[in-house]
Amino acid sequence: MSDQNDNEAEEDTEAVPAPEGDSDIIDTDYEIGQDNVEPKIGPFQLDVHNPVFLVSGIVVVAFVILTLAFQSQVEPLFEGLRGFLTTNFDWFFLIAGNIFVLVCLGILVSPLGKVRIGGQDATPDYGYPGWFAMLFAAGMGIGLMFFGVLEPVYYFGTPWGDQPLMHQIGIVDGEVADPATVEAARAMAMAATIYHWGLHPWAIYAIVALSLALFAYNKGLPLTVRSMFYPIFGEKVWGPVGHVIDILAVFATLFGLATSLGLGAQQASAGIGYVFNIEAIDADNVYASVILIGIITLMALVSVLRGLDGGVKRLSEFNMILAALLLLFVIFVGPTATLLSSYFGNLWAYLTEMAALSNPVGREDDGFRQGWTAFYWAWWISWSPFVGMFIARVSRGRTVREFITCVLLIPTVISALWMTAFGGTAIDQVVTMAEESAVFGYVIAEYNDTLSLFGMLSDLPFAAITSTIAIILVIVFFVTSSDSGSLVIDTITAGGKINAPVSQRVFWVIFEGLVAAALLLGGGLAALQAAAVSTGLPFAIVLLVACVALVMGLMREPRE
Amino acid sequence: MYKKILVPVDLTHADRLEKALQTAADLSIHYGAPICYVGVTPEAPSPVARNPAEFAQKLEAFGQAQAARHGVTATTKSYSATDPAIDINKTLRKAVEEAGADLVVMASHVPNVTDYIWPSHGGWVAEHSEASVFVVR
Repeated sequence: MSDQNDNEAEEDTEAVPAPEGDSDIIDTDYEIGQDNVEPKIGPFQLDVHNPVFLVSGIVVVAFVILTLAFQSQVEPLFEGLRGFLTTNFDWFFLIAGNIFVLVCLGILVSPLGKVRIGGQDATPDYGYPGWFAMLFAAGMGIGLMFFGVLEPVYYFGTPWGDQPLMHQIGIVDGEVADPATVEAARAMAMAATIYHWGLHPWAIYAIVALSLALFAYNKGLPLTVRSMFYPIFGEKVWGPVGHVIDILAVFATLFGLATSLGLGAQQASAGIGYVFNIEAIDADNVYASVILIGIITLMALVSVLRGLDGGVKRLSEFNMILAALLLLFVIFVGPTATLLSSYFGNLWAYLTEMAALSNPVGREDDGFRQGWTAFYWAWWISWSPFVGMFIARVSRGRTVREFITCVLLIPTVISALWMTAFGGTAIDQVVTMAEESAVFGYVIAEYNDTLSLFGMLSDLPFAAITSTIAIILVIVFFVTSSDSGSLVIDTITAGGKINAPVSQRVFWVIFEGLVAAALLLGGGLAALQAAAVSTGLPFAIVLLVACVALVMGLMREPRE
Repeated sequence: MYKKILVPVDLTHADRLEKALQTAADLSIHYGAPICYVGVTPEAPSPVARNPAEFAQKLEAFGQAQAARHGVTATTKSYSATDPAIDINKTLRKAVEEAGADLVVMASHVPNVTDYIWPSHGGWVAEHSEASVFVVR
């Protein structure tokens, strides 16, 4: 013991230098990797954090086996759990979401915005195009594809009581309502959709990403979730408290990812069956989805072996270009004038309705508030350790103000444009063509959510081409999520080491595919969603604490 | 015959490099070629250093210690990468070019089946750069 103290005393005499320019290095005795073990399994040399890797590995495996063994019991159990959480804790999710937005905006306008990630003289590793591409590919690519048409049309025209703020819908007794009602219903549908894809989700990501980046690049702590809590727990963060936080982050990432992978696989197989006219392949064919998960996991494997720059970044850029082309196509071939003029109207409706939509108490729109908003918030939160850590990793060299502008404000504006184009076109089809439109059939008459996007495209020219592009987009977003997700889980389970043996990433890529497949077989989407929501609740509490730690950490940093 | 010798070092496993370091030093004395010790570090904190600046300091200290011990002329050069586990090959090629090295002396891992999936760094550098490569087993 005395020996060890002597060593530490010697090392302490030479202080850790600042990274690039001034920053507030945290003086901790913890050495990254000190709790790691290096077991050798066959030819694979591992380097993993002792309790975190083992506990998360065992619990996830047990979870998957139980789901497979008790398929019929698992689905109602998960659905019950989801119902319980979103019904009883909707107010908590809504309040937490509002706090995250306010904290971000507060930091943006305060002098703390002048802090630079990676030290005062650091320069960015990635230019804006690559950075944005990776933000979207990790953050919400699959979701935008799945909900872009579905959600606005759902709020606009479905009579099942889920409309935002109990607002009147634009379809009365199966007929399109009068123009004034239609216009009001359209504005509310777009406002509510943008609310779910705008400031709130990106604020959740921004909080996690900024905290992780700050504590790793400026303060020299390992790039893992527990480091965010150093200002609060101090050295204790390296002990059991930190293990719990990291394990929770691994669960949240894995289950959150599995939800999205499940959604993506179902949508892609539905799309493939629809576009190529194969009746056997649709969203209910779990075997088709499972095979698709297998193929996509293989692609993710190749991408993971090519590394961050050669894999995720290239694929993200490719997808960004493809998505931009599809967006431009829909804007110019769809009702161009209406879309362009309604874009600012939609943003305005979003801003003016935000207070009412984000109010956590005294509302009657249970179907919307609990079924949609609370679910979304839990989903974004469960995904935040993954997306946040990935964003953190590629954001070194940006100032905090630049970071929040680019992670919060610009993505909100872009998401709103996407929703305006896809949702606006679909609502326009419903209004002008009524039940003749495919979207009407897939969302309002019969609920066939995975086909909603393809339905909208089928009423535009070149449907075969655009639908194929849409399928490619879904699959590639799927690949980038799986790839970046395994990078993140690997880093957390390696105790913050980002250069652990590559075979570990391979393990996580395959494992994620297995979890998604098992959950899809075991209980369909309900099981996936419920699993994500369940990890979202404890992590929401963790994130609220992180807000305090983030502000404390930023206040100690030098500003330009 | 050789003008400059490049020696990639992994400071995490410096103890496993002994044979390669000795080989490099002997060759350096024999050909009168200075050594450049090269290290690649992640930008995020790692077990070796909390940031690239600290890594550069440690690498320089390592280089000076080696130079004093073996009586060779040595410099050091550190590189940082966003994903060093994968980018190490390309970074080494860049290091060879920038240092103007014509010989690379590096330690090898024990070959195993995973070499089929991700080949050894030495083999890759030999294939993709102008320098000769001496892989020390």
